[in-house]
Amino acid sequence: MSDIIRTKTPPIGLFQFAADTYTQPFWDAAREHKLKMPSCSACGFRRFPPTPFCPECHSQDLTWTELSGEAIIYSYTIVERAVLPGMAEFIPYMPIVVDFPDFPGVRLVSSLVDAPLDAVHVGSKVRVRWDDLPDGVTLPRFVLADD
Amino acid sequence: MTIKDKTAIVGVGATPYYKRGKSQPQTMEELVGKATLAALADAGLKATDVDGFAFFGGGFDTPTLVETLGIPEIRFTAMLTGTGGGSAGALGLAASAIITGVAKTIVVVGGMQQILHRYGVSTSDYPPTPYNTFFSAAGLVGPGHLFALLARRHMHLYGTRRKHFGEIALSNRANAQNNPEAVMFGKPMTMEDYFNAPLLADPHCLFDFCLENDGAVAVVITSSERARDLRQKPAYIMSSTHGGERSWGRAMYWQGMSDEFYASSGQQSVARHLYEVAGIGPQDVDCAQIYDHFTSQVLMQLEDFGFCGKGESGAFVESGAIRMGGKLPLNTDGGQTSCGYMWGMTHIREAVLQIRGTSTNQVQGAKIVLATGGPTAIPVSAALLRGE
Ligand SMILES: [Zn+2]
Repeated sequence: MSDIIRTKTPPIGLFQFAADTYTQPFWDAAREHKLKMPSCSACGFRRFPPTPFCPECHSQDLTWTELSGEAIIYSYTIVERAVLPGMAEFIPYMPIVVDFPDFPGVRLVSSLVDAPLDAVHVGSKVRVRWDDLPDGVTLPRFVLADD
Repeated sequence: MTIKDKTAIVGVGATPYYKRGKSQPQTMEELVGKATLAALADAGLKATDVDGFAFFGGGFDTPTLVETLGIPEIRFTAMLTGTGGGSAGALGLAASAIITGVAKTIVVVGGMQQILHRYGVSTSDYPPTPYNTFFSAAGLVGPGHLFALLARRHMHLYGTRRKHFGEIALSNRANAQNNPEAVMFGKPMTMEDYFNAPLLADPHCLFDFCLENDGAVAVVITSSERARDLRQKPAYIMSSTHGGERSWGRAMYWQGMSDEFYASSGQQSVARHLYEVAGIGPQDVDCAQIYDHFTSQVLMQLEDFGFCGKGESGAFVESGAIRMGGKLPLNTDGGQTSCGYMWGMTHIREAVLQIRGTSTNQVQGAKIVLATGGPTAIPVSAALLRGE
């Protein structure tokens, strides 16, 4: 069987968490396995990650909308070489950047896991998978939607 | 009022370009000091003539240089902000200060010493922020990973292929074979070698990355009036611009750009202003030293600086245009992938040598030369130099 190489989860030792007032609601929703994205409460402009001001109207208020979790790969890379200690056992992994058809205007940086390497291309449909880490943070990762 | 032709580079100096770690036991201050003294000697000036510094990158600072080189007084010292794109823009800082009478003789210097710190995995050293949390979660730990995302999108949008990245790597390597100072001198490469190299961050292989090395490069800038009385043929600063647009912004550290900007080098506005100030267009440029931290970003800069249309850079380089004797000889010292990597200062040095007519890969009759700073988050930068 296993000629097919599947993507692994990115090296967890590299992950360092930080949030602020503006990004915390994203992580709070993630803990409930909900994918939420923000828009400006005043003018509706979407930005992610949310910065302190809306660049269009300078309002600081955000409204969070729950998405379906379906996404499209906008771009990706495949990491096949360990460049830091602790990476080797996680090779290969696939960082991705995704668009959301049900919420255009924001993009999320994440990873595609458990996917056959040669089955992935720009435009592939993916859906969110929630990975609860021991320290209480929940990470959104993605799997191929046709799987 | 513009800076056009009012100042000139009158001296250039460098340490040897060392492989990473091989500059020890010299310190960073020592490397930067040696490059500065060499540039002053080349200009026929003394350390006591210097009254300003402008640089990008740091790792050293002005007071130590003042102390150790015996510079009597500093009237201008400035560092361009940002994460890698500033060396060509630092020329503009110096030019502005000289034109406004703030200082008379300014050294622009850059140094690199990757002993404790490897820039290839530099993003993993940054403290966690609400923004880079998403990148560390995805395992994006080096600039090579981030730029691979942009390269992949360029391939998707325009049909660019790895052989086009490979042509940049091969062209640089071929140029390095005539430059005894290049780290990769004596090490020719074929397209087969290129495709046999490991993919570090697909679609980038080992040879798409710049070198990791040590060394320093300095140039001396003064007014054009003074330059004409000095010993070297002046390399006039036609234009030097830096900055960038909101649509590019934090760029690969953001990933939210529209297609037009995502698959680009973010240099569009900087290029526009650069040509405006100089009063020329891309067709007037005789050769170009284009920042090549990643070969894919050379392609995107060829587009942003107008040497070919958007999405046409693959075909442009495949035509042989960037080779010696082509339409736009590129990175004539071997570039940062085959000669040396010092925050783009090697490109400034090579641009000056082309203007003087003393490059080891001399472009016959080169009058106008472009040097660019690294595509990264704002600011990006560029400069145009010209001879008489
Ligand atoms: Zn708003």
